Amino acid sequence: MSDIKLAEAPPGIEGSGFFATSFDKVIGLARSHSLWPLPFATSCCGIEFMATMGSHYDLARFGSERPSFSPRQADMLLVMGTIAKKMGPVLRQVYLQMAEPRWVIAVGACASSGGIFDTYSVLQGIDEIIPVDVYVPGCPPRPEAILTGVLKLQDLVKNESLRRRNEPEYKELMNKYGIQ
Amino acid sequence: MDHPIIAARHELTETTTLNLGPTHPATHGVFQNVLEMDGERIVSGVSTLGYIHRAFEKIAEHRPFYQITPLTDRLNYCSSPINNMGWHMTVEKLLGIQTPKRVDYLRVIVMELARISDHLICNSILGVDTGAYSGFLYLMEQREHIYEIYEEVCGARLTTNIGRIGGFERDFNDTAFAKIKKFLKNFGPVLKEFEELFNRNRIFIDRTAGVAAVDAETAMNYSWTGPILRACGVDYDVRVNEPYSSYEDFDFDIPVGTNGDIYDRYLVRQEEMWQSIRIIEQALEKVEKEPKGIFHAEVPEFYLPPKEEVYNNMEALIYHFKIVMGEIDTPKTEVYHCVEGGNGELGFYLVNDGGRSPYRLHFRRPSFINYQMYAPMSAGMLLSDAIINLSSLNVIAGELDA
Amino acid sequence: MGKISNQTVLDKLNQQFGDKISLAAEPYGLLTFETTKEDIIPILSFLKQDEELKFNFLTDITGIHYPETALPIGVIYHVHSFVNNVRVRIKVFLEEINPVIPTATVLWEGANWMERETYDFFGITFEGHPGLYRILNVDDMTVFPMRKEYPLEDPNRVDKKDFFFGR
Ligand code: SF4
Repeated sequence: MSDIKLAEAPPGIEGSGFFATSFDKVIGLARSHSLWPLPFATSCCGIEFMATMGSHYDLARFGSERPSFSPRQADMLLVMGTIAKKMGPVLRQVYLQMAEPRWVIAVGACASSGGIFDTYSVLQGIDEIIPVDVYVPGCPPRPEAILTGVLKLQDLVKNESLRRRNEPEYKELMNKYGIQ
Repeated sequence: MDHPIIAARHELTETTTLNLGPTHPATHGVFQNVLEMDGERIVSGVSTLGYIHRAFEKIAEHRPFYQITPLTDRLNYCSSPINNMGWHMTVEKLLGIQTPKRVDYLRVIVMELARISDHLICNSILGVDTGAYSGFLYLMEQREHIYEIYEEVCGARLTTNIGRIGGFERDFNDTAFAKIKKFLKNFGPVLKEFEELFNRNRIFIDRTAGVAAVDAETAMNYSWTGPILRACGVDYDVRVNEPYSSYEDFDFDIPVGTNGDIYDRYLVRQEEMWQSIRIIEQALEKVEKEPKGIFHAEVPEFYLPPKEEVYNNMEALIYHFKIVMGEIDTPKTEVYHCVEGGNGELGFYLVNDGGRSPYRLHFRRPSFINYQMYAPMSAGMLLSDAIINLSSLNVIAGELDA
Repeated sequence: MGKISNQTVLDKLNQQFGDKISLAAEPYGLLTFETTKEDIIPILSFLKQDEELKFNFLTDITGIHYPETALPIGVIYHVHSFVNNVRVRIKVFLEEINPVIPTATVLWEGANWMERETYDFFGITFEGHPGLYRILNVDDMTVFPMRKEYPLEDPNRVDKKDFFFGR
């Protein structure tokens, strides 16, 4: 017997030889446990992410085994570090290149709000240019905090309805950011 | 002689423009280089920087002295304690504060740990870029142990904010010393193993030896400092040339290279880690001999008193108020102080007008100055060599852009 | 400590340049003096090429702004002699509007980015510089942010406006 824990099956109707549940739940379950991260690391927080990925904390335990460095094949954009105004358009470009469904985690005070850098050159939070799903506080957050952020995102992903991204609210949100 | 077809093709060859960065996975950090490529070879390049420009120098003009320490953390975040100490020492030099020997030795311990963690990242990442991921995993574990020591000393892992102007905010506790000793015991064998993996590894040597060689003349012309200058054969180390924090009491060697290529840079960094271990061992011995319990200089006008005292002691409260409100006169003058950071001479040029915050503070950031040669020296290199050249320069984005 | 004293350096400079060197001082043991923009390059190259002094290493170039003085914009050079282990700090002050100074890239390649940074922050034009454009800030910036009159925070921010207390 190995001690690998399997994910709980979603609630459904079970009988001999069949198991019925809704698509939403199965797909949500599958998605949430295989989030491919795209680390967008610019500064100090990126170093903490290195620790999170490294052998000690091991992000791979949560289904994020493969850090994808191409935005096309990633689900979860982790923005770590200060985003200067010069960097803003680049970040937006990366976000636009990701395929739907896509999620964003803002790791650290700088990505969430500009942090200690209330200056002319720093973007005061990435949510000015792209929508964010989870904010992780800290300067830098401990690796444990980054892991919690990922787990929180997994919860979101698990419970997201399949139609969410076609709904008018979502379209409106995207329009707010000028993304079609 | 080229095959005629190949020769003919050369005539017609068009160069391609390759935009490397700012978020390229092979460059660890936000560096952009627009390269003109002829096949795999780089013809010329232009670096763009400023992608995380955070206006440190402008912020510093608006912050009191003791609040600038957190800013220095974020310069070279792989070795924050060195920056912190460098800043404290600059202010101490300005104010004429003499720190007790024990404080100096404790600072040396923390700074050398930081140097180890800086070089360790650089060398293991160099391994990753040449295709050896295992070294990274070996050494990252050790860096975690260094972080545990920082945590014991100051409570933070990465952006440490260790110490105050005049000393430390609290004494090192027994656990901290125990952890340092344990680290020294365990780190040597791991580093040895790492060296066995790399030093005589055929692939590694083929990739690095003779690549991006720089002669001493050029390196000095470009104002290089730190391990990469020493790899070119110039024995300039601020710790020896202008000893600070009682470095003159220690017995250590400065490793220098001969060719200035990537392999030499790797070896110099590797040897510096061994020397750092030596220094820490000596420092531990010296701390034992000093009277216990001294962890800051007796300068109540500048050293923030501990919180318990502020609440229970009139005098401490007054000093606390005065320091925080900036009511203490400071000399109207200017000072340049430098320390040997992870990447070279980290200088602080402080112009003071007697006020609460600096009139002007300029950081001489080694990464910024070292990186300058990157684009010119890439010309003629293979793209894959240019990538490992970047990791061997160990340019830290935070320090590059300030 | 250095192998030659600051006085030796100063004597040699005085001998060569006489009254072009003013306000010599030694804050914290670092020889500091002022000169003019016409003389800066000759002085630097003398320091670099002199057989005895050998100031062969350019540590830093930076700027400073003292508004409301006659010559408000300063350029500050730190040079270092590895052989003798002494440093020298040289200051040149320029006018507020359109300050111009010759480039030091003719002596050290390393001056290139330091001067670009100084230009970026203070708007000092280095004459003869091979590519003087902004280095850290965005290219379309029109102001020079390290000048004292420019605020630290982004002046266009709206989210900090408070109904009762203003900004
Ligand atoms: S939040 Fe703090 S640690 Fe993270 S990038 Fe910003 S300054 Fe650095």
